[in-house]
Amino acid sequence: MRDTLTGSRIRERRQISGLRQAELARQVGISASYLNLIEHNRRRIGGKLLVDIANALSVEPSLLTQGIEATLISALREAAADAVGQQAEVDALEEFAGRFPGWAGVLAQMHRRVVSLERTVETLSDRLTHDPHLAASMHEVLSTAAAIRSTAAILADTQEIEPEWRDRFHRNLHQDAERLADSSKSLVAYLDDSEAADDRRGVPSEDAEAFFQANSHHFPQIEAGGSSADIDLSAIESAAARTVTKGYLDTYATDVRAMPLDDVQKALTEAEPDPLALAARFSVDIPTVLRRLATLPERYLGRPTGLVVCDASGSILFSKSVPGFAMPRFGEACPFWPVFQALNRPLVPIRKRVVQLGRTAAEFDCYAYAWPQAVSGYDDAPAYHSVMLVRAVEEGAPSAQSVTRVGPSCRVCPNDACASRREPSILSEGF
Amino acid sequence: MSRKVLLIEDEPNIAEAIRFLLTREGWHVETHAEGSDAIEVIQGANPDLVILDVMLPGKSGMEILRNLRQLEGMQHLPVLMLTARGQSRDREMAENAGVSRFMTKPFSNAEVLTAVRDLHAQATRS
Repeated sequence: MRDTLTGSRIRERRQISGLRQAELARQVGISASYLNLIEHNRRRIGGKLLVDIANALSVEPSLLTQGIEATLISALREAAADAVGQQAEVDALEEFAGRFPGWAGVLAQMHRRVVSLERTVETLSDRLTHDPHLAASMHEVLSTAAAIRSTAAILADTQEIEPEWRDRFHRNLHQDAERLADSSKSLVAYLDDSEAADDRRGVPSEDAEAFFQANSHHFPQIEAGGSSADIDLSAIESAAARTVTKGYLDTYATDVRAMPLDDVQKALTEAEPDPLALAARFSVDIPTVLRRLATLPERYLGRPTGLVVCDASGSILFSKSVPGFAMPRFGEACPFWPVFQALNRPLVPIRKRVVQLGRTAAEFDCYAYAWPQAVSGYDDAPAYHSVMLVRAVEEGAPSAQSVTRVGPSCRVCPNDACASRREPSILSEGF
Repeated sequence: MSRKVLLIEDEPNIAEAIRFLLTREGWHVETHAEGSDAIEVIQGANPDLVILDVMLPGKSGMEILRNLRQLEGMQHLPVLMLTARGQSRDREMAENAGVSRFMTKPFSNAEVLTAVRDLHAQATRS
């Protein structure tokens, strides 16, 4: 991670420690005004002064220079909250993640995996309960098995049985055996052979995002004029995830055709990457620009860039994470994110400088836009999607006049007074 | 006087097997395969014991049982419920509806006979 926010982290840790700026400056032998410049990332810091400040704040110097991935902190907090019978030292969480980043990463990864598996189990359990076809098939198999078991036992155990009854039971057995064979085959086909069954097992959008992540959100074959068919999707297990991924790739290919890489590069060397200006220059809509910017290699834009796409239900359809900006996956994000606010004002481009509460003081420029999807007939109400580009603010950039304070998710947001709070925060105190 | 069991089961071969077993035990067995009019059939038959399937055409066994227990004189009628769904919540639902004994398919003949004997003995004692 680039060292652009050391000053912000010093400020954050100082505030957590309850130290005044002048006090910390005195302890490390510099003026308060110089510390102020450092804290606003306007002076680089390193060497002995960094070590002295870290000692004064009782943290590892690396914690100040490298910071900790905000998503990692968020995942660790949630892992601590979900733990049963174990009380994690939440107040030492940053220290833990700073000193043992590898182990912290493993723990966070395991927790995400558990959450994902629990969701899969929930889906399957729900399916057994509510899938009428499955319930009917199971009932058919078990009822037939019951009839066979009962009838066969009568024939085996009854010493003297009238020929009329015996013939009837033999006939019944034959009928039930045939029925059982058919219903078993049908059930197995439904469970194991159909792609529909496969579709429900995993979380396709997660698999698709993982595929994009593994490819750094950039596909040279498509950039060179290819299509989604040129991308090998065989590593994706489920058919549903392959379908979702192919849909994302088709959109990517459309965006590439509308904004070819060389032309985008030229435009970016001539001016700041302003989405509205780029939309006008390439004669494309704003979502195309936002998606295209998010998929460019980082060297084109000079700083990390993330993306969130959601529908009007608030479900996140696609996300590309950006360091320092936590993006919860399952419908638990903060409603004040511009991507959701844009849904209140469709077709109005929104630009906001945001900072996530409870995290580093890092600021992000967010561009959001909500637009209607195609309708299939007259008088059909369109469904809306919303997209948000998230860009880390450049080091030394002037502070925006207005910064919107948003949360990551309610569980790890310290804003107790928020009117939109859905559940109590697991933070015992402001972070 | 013969003891009477009313078997409400839409699976004819299960009904036939149980009818054979219970007849040999000295029971008079009446069968019915519909859920929608099951309450009227029970009231009309006045059985000593009911064997009731859960998944019936017209009305579920659970609903039939709940309605039955609301009727005067039917609170203590022994009801053995048969079902392909043996999950704990189904069992709990059946208990809340007032079932006397709950049995999951595929059951053994011995289990059915034991349950019927036990339920009848309990009803006779009380």
